[in-house]
Amino acid sequence: MTTAAQAYSGGIFHWLDRSHTVAKPGFSRWLVPPAALCVHLCIGQVYAFSVFNLPMTRLIGITESAPDDWKLTELGWIFSIAIVFLGLAAAFTGTWLDRVGPRKAMFTAALCFGGGFLISALGVYLHQLWIVYLGYGVLGGCGLGLGYISPVKTLITWFPDRPGMATGMAIMGFGGGAMIASPLSVLLMQYFSSPTDVGVTGTFITMGLIYMVFMLVGATIVRVPPQGWAPEGYVAPAKAKKLVTTSHVHVDEALKTPQFYLLWGVLCLNVTAGIGVLGQASAMSQEMFPGQITAAAAAGFVGLLSLFNMLGRFFWASTSDYIGRRNTYMIFFALGMALYAAVPWTGQTGSIVLFVLFYCVIMTMYGGGFATIPAYLRDIFGVRYVGAIHGRLLTAWSTAGVLGPVLVNYIREYQINNGVPKADAYSVTMYIMAGLLLVGFVLNWLMRPVHEKHHMTEAELKASMEG
Amino acid sequence: MTADHHEDVSGANRIKLVLAWSFVGIPLIWGVYNTLAQAALLFQ
Repeated sequence: MTTAAQAYSGGIFHWLDRSHTVAKPGFSRWLVPPAALCVHLCIGQVYAFSVFNLPMTRLIGITESAPDDWKLTELGWIFSIAIVFLGLAAAFTGTWLDRVGPRKAMFTAALCFGGGFLISALGVYLHQLWIVYLGYGVLGGCGLGLGYISPVKTLITWFPDRPGMATGMAIMGFGGGAMIASPLSVLLMQYFSSPTDVGVTGTFITMGLIYMVFMLVGATIVRVPPQGWAPEGYVAPAKAKKLVTTSHVHVDEALKTPQFYLLWGVLCLNVTAGIGVLGQASAMSQEMFPGQITAAAAAGFVGLLSLFNMLGRFFWASTSDYIGRRNTYMIFFALGMALYAAVPWTGQTGSIVLFVLFYCVIMTMYGGGFATIPAYLRDIFGVRYVGAIHGRLLTAWSTAGVLGPVLVNYIREYQINNGVPKADAYSVTMYIMAGLLLVGFVLNWLMRPVHEKHHMTEAELKASMEG
Repeated sequence: MTADHHEDVSGANRIKLVLAWSFVGIPLIWGVYNTLAQAALLFQ
């Protein structure tokens, strides 16, 4: 009797195997970025999950919260659990993904992410919050992590001439996903709502099915290049550049190098600064410009930040192909420090235009940090295990996801409790963020090539390819 | 490495490219449009 696991590793699912995804002659590599975008545009929905928070506090009361309705603080955990499981799944499935290839990984991600929505719909229908935690938080979070890292190595292999641009395109989708999900969620909730239902159950079911299909299309399109493939006219550099290796480092060996921890710190600090203000952008803009920025305008400000977050992913990752990864991060940290330090000044002078402009630039660098890191890892550790190493590095994101908002919220609270006016309560936070970026600048400056003792031998590399 | 796998961007491949990019591009453009419409409130 065939078990589910056996069926999944062959049998009826053999079309998912790496061997079935090798591109045939004539395949255009430009089909791979849309395949990756199919996944990233869906999982980017996580940034827009907050649109469900208020409706989910009225599942029983419908027009206003009833005593037995869920509280906002309880609902906040759904997002946090999802981000934690994103990091865990990316860290623990990277090696598996490397072995089975992108199609099986994307297929699994589609089942997890879409299935997470469907289970959550059941949780909302039964009004059991733990089912929602388990559905969107745990299962959906695993889909997020797996989906996030699944196309990265494939893109880098298809675009050895422009790895930054290629991964930037995919990871741009993660930034753009929220811009689609937010209005889509609102439209669906309006459609499914009735005098006895806020419409969340129907919306979850519909979105789960849409996302599952969309991600499965990506899994169907994706291909890996044949062994030894290179783009026409591309000549691989015979000699390694200072910070671009031609060797490969095993994922387990990478964890023994200082470079891994330097990059972990670089990503963590860049994300901490950005995610902290992103979560508070609406409140911050209204409190720094009282009477000038309304709640509706603040929502527009948050949307604008999402747009620049997305554009920065493509712009900075593509730029890094020309100016180098380390230089790109140097710009993030140096320019970021100057802009964070200047934000309080925009509040004091009442310049909304400069305030918005500074934050938009900051957001491009926040997104750019995510999008440039895969190519940075490829430069430092080689292509062979870049997907798995990237997965482990994403634990920095989970850490920053907790650290950033906590720093911003607690410092603001402390300031207000000590009599600082709300309009000035963010000044110290901004200076602390600038300080974090200074530490990031130093970590990035310390980056050196990995010592040769960590490189895989030819025999190890061959064995890993065959295995 | 050799360049023995030539890209064919004509005919059927071109149609596949248009379909694939439209499949992801149209929802993305819709999302960007909605975002910009909302962001316009900031400067009114």
